[in-house]
Amino acid sequence: MIKCKTSKEIGGMGHSKKRKEDARFIQGKGNYVDDVKLPGMLYMDIVRSPYAYAKIKSIDATAALAIPGVVAVVTGKDLEKYGLHWMPTLMSDTQMVLPTDTVMYQAQEVAAVIATSRYLARDGKEAVMVDYEPMKPVMDPFKALDEDAPVLRSDQEGKTDNHIWHWEVGDKEKTANVFDNADVVVKQQMHIPRIHVASIETCGCVASYDKVTNHLTMYMTTQAPHAIRTVIALVAGHVGLTEEKIRVISPDIGGGFGGKVPVYPGYVIAIAVSFLTGAPIKWIEDRSENLQADSFARDYHITAEMAGTKDGKIQATRFKVLADHGYTDASANPSKFPTGLFSIGTGSYDYGAAYMEADAVYTNKPPGGVAYRCSFRVTEAVHAIERMTDMFAKKVGKDPAQLRMENFIKKEDFPWASPTGWSYDSGDYHAGLQKAMDAIDYHGLRKEQIEMRAEGKFLGIGISTFTEVVGAGPSQDFDILGIKMFDSAEIRVHPTGKAIARFGTKSQGQGHETTYAQIIAEELGIPMEHIQIEEGDTDTAPYGLGTYASRSTPTAGAAAAMAARKLRDKAKKIAAHLLEVSEQDLEWEPGKFFVKGAPEKSKTIQEIVFAAYTNHPEGMEGGFEATHYYDPPNLTFPSGAYICVVEVDAETCDIKVRRFVAIDDCGNIINPMIVQGQVHGGLTQGIAPAMYEELIYDDSGNILNGTFMDYLVPTAVESPSWETGHTVTPAPHHPIGAKGVGESPTVGAPPAIVNAIVDAVAHLGIKHLEIPVTPFKLFKELQNVGYFKKTT
Amino acid sequence: MIAENFNYDAPTSLDEAIALLHEYGDDAKILAGGHSLIPMMKLRFASPTHLIDINNIPGLSYVKEEDGYLKIGAMTKEVEVEESEIIHAKYQIFMDATKLIADPQVRNFGTLGGNLAHGDAANDHPAVMIALGADVEITGKDGKRTVGIDDFFQGFYTTAVEHGEVLTEIRIPAASGNYGSAYHKAERKVGDYATAGVAAMIQMDDQGRCTKAGIGLTNVSPLPLRASRSEEVLIGSDLSEAVIAQAAQYASEDCSPSEDLRGNVEYKRHLVSVITKRMINKAISRAKK
Repeated sequence: MIKCKTSKEIGGMGHSKKRKEDARFIQGKGNYVDDVKLPGMLYMDIVRSPYAYAKIKSIDATAALAIPGVVAVVTGKDLEKYGLHWMPTLMSDTQMVLPTDTVMYQAQEVAAVIATSRYLARDGKEAVMVDYEPMKPVMDPFKALDEDAPVLRSDQEGKTDNHIWHWEVGDKEKTANVFDNADVVVKQQMHIPRIHVASIETCGCVASYDKVTNHLTMYMTTQAPHAIRTVIALVAGHVGLTEEKIRVISPDIGGGFGGKVPVYPGYVIAIAVSFLTGAPIKWIEDRSENLQADSFARDYHITAEMAGTKDGKIQATRFKVLADHGYTDASANPSKFPTGLFSIGTGSYDYGAAYMEADAVYTNKPPGGVAYRCSFRVTEAVHAIERMTDMFAKKVGKDPAQLRMENFIKKEDFPWASPTGWSYDSGDYHAGLQKAMDAIDYHGLRKEQIEMRAEGKFLGIGISTFTEVVGAGPSQDFDILGIKMFDSAEIRVHPTGKAIARFGTKSQGQGHETTYAQIIAEELGIPMEHIQIEEGDTDTAPYGLGTYASRSTPTAGAAAAMAARKLRDKAKKIAAHLLEVSEQDLEWEPGKFFVKGAPEKSKTIQEIVFAAYTNHPEGMEGGFEATHYYDPPNLTFPSGAYICVVEVDAETCDIKVRRFVAIDDCGNIINPMIVQGQVHGGLTQGIAPAMYEELIYDDSGNILNGTFMDYLVPTAVESPSWETGHTVTPAPHHPIGAKGVGESPTVGAPPAIVNAIVDAVAHLGIKHLEIPVTPFKLFKELQNVGYFKKTT
Repeated sequence: MIAENFNYDAPTSLDEAIALLHEYGDDAKILAGGHSLIPMMKLRFASPTHLIDINNIPGLSYVKEEDGYLKIGAMTKEVEVEESEIIHAKYQIFMDATKLIADPQVRNFGTLGGNLAHGDAANDHPAVMIALGADVEITGKDGKRTVGIDDFFQGFYTTAVEHGEVLTEIRIPAASGNYGSAYHKAERKVGDYATAGVAAMIQMDDQGRCTKAGIGLTNVSPLPLRASRSEEVLIGSDLSEAVIAQAAQYASEDCSPSEDLRGNVEYKRHLVSVITKRMINKAISRAKK
């Protein structure tokens, strides 16, 4: 049980308060971007390329423009006149808004149709005739580096190949030395496939430019409204849209998961058209467009190696990555981290040598590399380390739980300096794994596994004990396009003791309206019900870098606590004034200051706030308001111990997750119910890439599963009944000792599942399985080891 | 995901619907549950100029036993089949099959008649109807006619229902004696079309000898397939393990699956064999109850 410092009425940290935002969501009263309707609004649909790589010979809009109600057809040539046909990506690469001569991936935007209704825009799109000259695309990232591969980004001056960047970290020589002298080395090539966030709400916007005031209001599905406003100003400043003339409003969002961080061409086209016509332009993607064209996630090809002693001591790891970024590097990483936080890949284990390198390449696939519910490539890293740990355990003949226990960083060794340069703040990995093993009866399962194998039935047990790294981040290292990654909170308490607080982050389902209110309630003793939370309007909220990478609690949540503490300091001064004692004589309990030794002499926070407007001490500023920009001293390092049990049908290869126990440690918990909900959702998005999801392209660049018929997003039916629990190791440097949690389950679950499936069939000779592990894939692998006969 | 323009009619009698089909010609489509047609229209794979919604025509929705048949009205929704007492008591195969069709929202709209009339070998009911030996009643300008299920499916999205006609009833020889039936499909996730599906019906005499058998296969051939050799080896046999294995083997040999994202030919044949064996055994155990 979590001990709460505040009463249930105040509802500070640790209380499972119901989510304040849910009342409107469950009654259908949310306000999403597609709910925005403005007078005179026009609708946009986008013509997209059927080819992955082609020259555009001509675009004929005659038939489209002949449809009554179709107002305009916009091409790259039109945007070129205003210098709006290119835009920067968040990784300082460049991306076409609309092409002037060449398309670089299937489903790329080619032209925009503007009409008086959504339906007419769609009809107009169908009527635009584009003549293409298809070229042979580069689809295989390994072949992209071949000498004879066409140079895809000929728009970049002096570019002679498809290489984007090289990155490395760790001590190469020291690591090589350990590998050369190690008893045991395991090595595995693995692919973390290209997947898609597939949030329930697609992307979209309403761009509304007022020609009279020269002011743009942009309603859009963005996880980072402030940063996006800055990017728009950078793109469109030269036509007069400077930052003070732009207001970005991010209304309710139906899931982001990293996919709503980038700027997509559709947003820029909508702005350009609104700018030129003066009419509000609505653009809402349909499901297929979202899946086929918006930023992908993952797509890392990893050669992973682990070295150690024959008695099971891990000594070193070495990862070599080939990153397929598609047509442009449109990742959403902090600027100095082209591979995001992949270097966390040494995991939860205590050893001294690691070396990682990565090369990124262009191919004719949609651009991206977003952090899908993942703190910038941590998912890829955790998959590699947790698979390798299992392979190493197998090779040295040790139980994978035992091997982990023997190699964990010890609780007393924190802060711990990782060989790739991180300072892990805290953790108790032994306690987490022990708790998970007890919850699932690990040793009992191992016995049952032996019994079942004797009957020809396959049971597998898989473990993942991961370390996450979230809360980007400290300003000396973390920025996006130069903007430091601090985040903000502004609290304003009204004379009657009720408050509004605004943040630079933006909830997409995380429950900020509840958790932020609880943090402030904890610090100020004002009931959380009396605290209204607002985010997403750049005209009213303080600047912040947004919500992704589990950063909201580590950054803006900390800012809320710090701003509230500023107010508590002020409250103390006012209380001393009201009670006519010195500040030193006062003590705080949630909701009031009282005189030491005379608790009957007290002032409630509400009385104090009222006095701030009516009777404040001379020389003190009136009002009760504080702002804080929190620059974290370090990242937070949540961890988890997950155990998955699968049953594999020995005939059909069907895989059933029988049980899944997830023990998370996210430090101090703000709202246990919300954390549990986050973990349930994250685990389901963890089972997705492990068993179901992958974007598949053929050699000609066609996506083979561009709809939900074949892109398999798991549902409640596919999800087991998740069993969750926690250990609590507070982040020592964080004001409320909290760590991020939203992404831990997505990061930690896939290797637990794959390790379980591999374990189920390991006795048949299977050593590794690539994700997603489908029954069909497993069937083929079991043919390869001779369990099933090959008939052809 | 926006359909082209179309006109919409909602007749309240069968005669009116048939008259409208004749009036509009080939560009008219019947709208039943809409869960196959509407997605095809939204993806612009189909663009009928007229939709004739037959949901307002009374008397097309029922499940009843009559004259030695189980009769199912064409507009009976999947959910009504799921909830029918007759089905629960005697035709468990429908419980197996409907539960594997998409999700509750779809089953609240999707109809049995629509599932058959769509003429898609990937749908589940065709194999079920083959196994059960159904007849299909079709109504046109000149009255009603009946087509055996083996003559019903004629090509990709093509059935014996001619233009100007409406599928009105499905008739299945009533269960009698030691009768059991079962259906299962392997699917990648809930709501998916079958990677491979098998419907089995078994009737036995009191000595356990098979007197009647039906095996239908889903999505492993261009048309819904009757596994005839499997049925032949079962009928008259003692339903021994070896006979069932032989029936499963024949089914896997006689189907002609094509490779797609769900699996290659080898895997699909393998699944047909495994599921055929399992469904025959399940039908037998139900027949014994």
